[in-house]
Amino acid sequence: MGLDFSVVPSYFGVLLQGMGLTIAITICAGILSFFGGIVFAVAALYAPMIIRLPMRAFAFLFMGTPLLLQLFLIYFGLIQVGIDLPAFVAGVIGLGLHFAVYNSELIQASILAVDKGQYEGARTLGLSRGQTVRRIIIPQAVRAVIPPMGNNMIALLKDSALVSVIGVMELTLAAQQAISRTYRPFEFYLAVAFCYYFINLALEAGLRHVERRIAASR
Amino acid sequence: MDTELILRVYPFFLQAAVVTIQLSILTTILGLTCGALGAAARMSRSWVLRAIGATYVSIFRGTPALIQLFILYFGGPQIGIQLDAFEAGVIGLGVNIGAYMAETMRGAIESVDKGQREAARTMGLSRAQAMRKVILPQAMRLMIRPLGVNINALIKGTALVAAISVVELTYTAQRYIGSTYKPFEMFLLSGALYMIIIYVVGIGIAWLDRKARIT
Repeated sequence: MGLDFSVVPSYFGVLLQGMGLTIAITICAGILSFFGGIVFAVAALYAPMIIRLPMRAFAFLFMGTPLLLQLFLIYFGLIQVGIDLPAFVAGVIGLGLHFAVYNSELIQASILAVDKGQYEGARTLGLSRGQTVRRIIIPQAVRAVIPPMGNNMIALLKDSALVSVIGVMELTLAAQQAISRTYRPFEFYLAVAFCYYFINLALEAGLRHVERRIAASR
Repeated sequence: MDTELILRVYPFFLQAAVVTIQLSILTTILGLTCGALGAAARMSRSWVLRAIGATYVSIFRGTPALIQLFILYFGGPQIGIQLDAFEAGVIGLGVNIGAYMAETMRGAIESVDKGQREAARTMGLSRAQAMRKVILPQAMRLMIRPLGVNINALIKGTALVAAISVVELTYTAQRYIGSTYKPFEMFLLSGALYMIIIYVVGIGIAWLDRKARIT
């Protein structure tokens, strides 16, 4: 069986829709992982022991196990406790939480690296402890780790292919549907690889732009 | 928590963990090989090799590993590559992680002080000799930890081959979630095994790193 790429264009619409969903998942999960990372980091450093310990266990578990396994846990686990979420939402939560844990590690290190004088200065000026963390420490800490968090975003984009396994109709699953009708896996997966590569390039260019702006505003 | 169920099914998970370990070892060997070749190509004097190395790294890091695996396993037969799922898993994951390892190795080699190479060349060593006897021994030490990070990612990455039906830990967990409707228990069981594997490998890497520092 030779290769025949002429079948790919007739599924252009399907693939384009899948691509849209891949981008939507990446953006939603990216936002969740960004703010989740900040919340986890603050909780890990400032929350009372009773919150801190379970958080540590959660981070430990999520950093030591494969994302695919976590997606199965979230998708099927929520069904077990009676919450039947759409696959898309389960996928966003799974990807978002997974990368929130990684972002949190970056932000924690960054918070600890913020000059102590910043904290003392803010407190001296009359800001409360919470205000100081929220308005003075976090903005500086997060800004410093935008580049490595950008790398996590790129990893997130590629790992979004995994949510096809729990039935989200993104790019990978869209291709699988086309393949089940045409029996042309090589052609479609290659086309899909091109799509991912393209989104990846765009994302990288966007992140470089953000990094330059941050560097300029310093 | 259904401990009775866990006690009943854990032998199957242990068997699956053995497959995950086999996958991890073979993938690491292939990944290190591809990584060394990729790094050498990227730092070569020939622009053709440099372009090949850069293309390899860019393509395999720029697309999802899952898609690469699918192209090889499902698309392979169309271009005359017939592999069973395990072989496709090892080759797909190995070539993929090799692209990341190539960058790790290149980074380590380039972070060896420039003066080392200059001094070696001045003392009459050829380019190859300087690389082999002066640069690489130092770079090797620098790359143990970052390669350890790659290997850690690789072990978790072996879960992907569940999607092409290799009966390893994640596939086994998925199957038992389907048949028992106990996702939490199955997650903890397989998750614990992954973490044990990663923990043991982590100790090995730390040991190598310490040893490399002393000598």
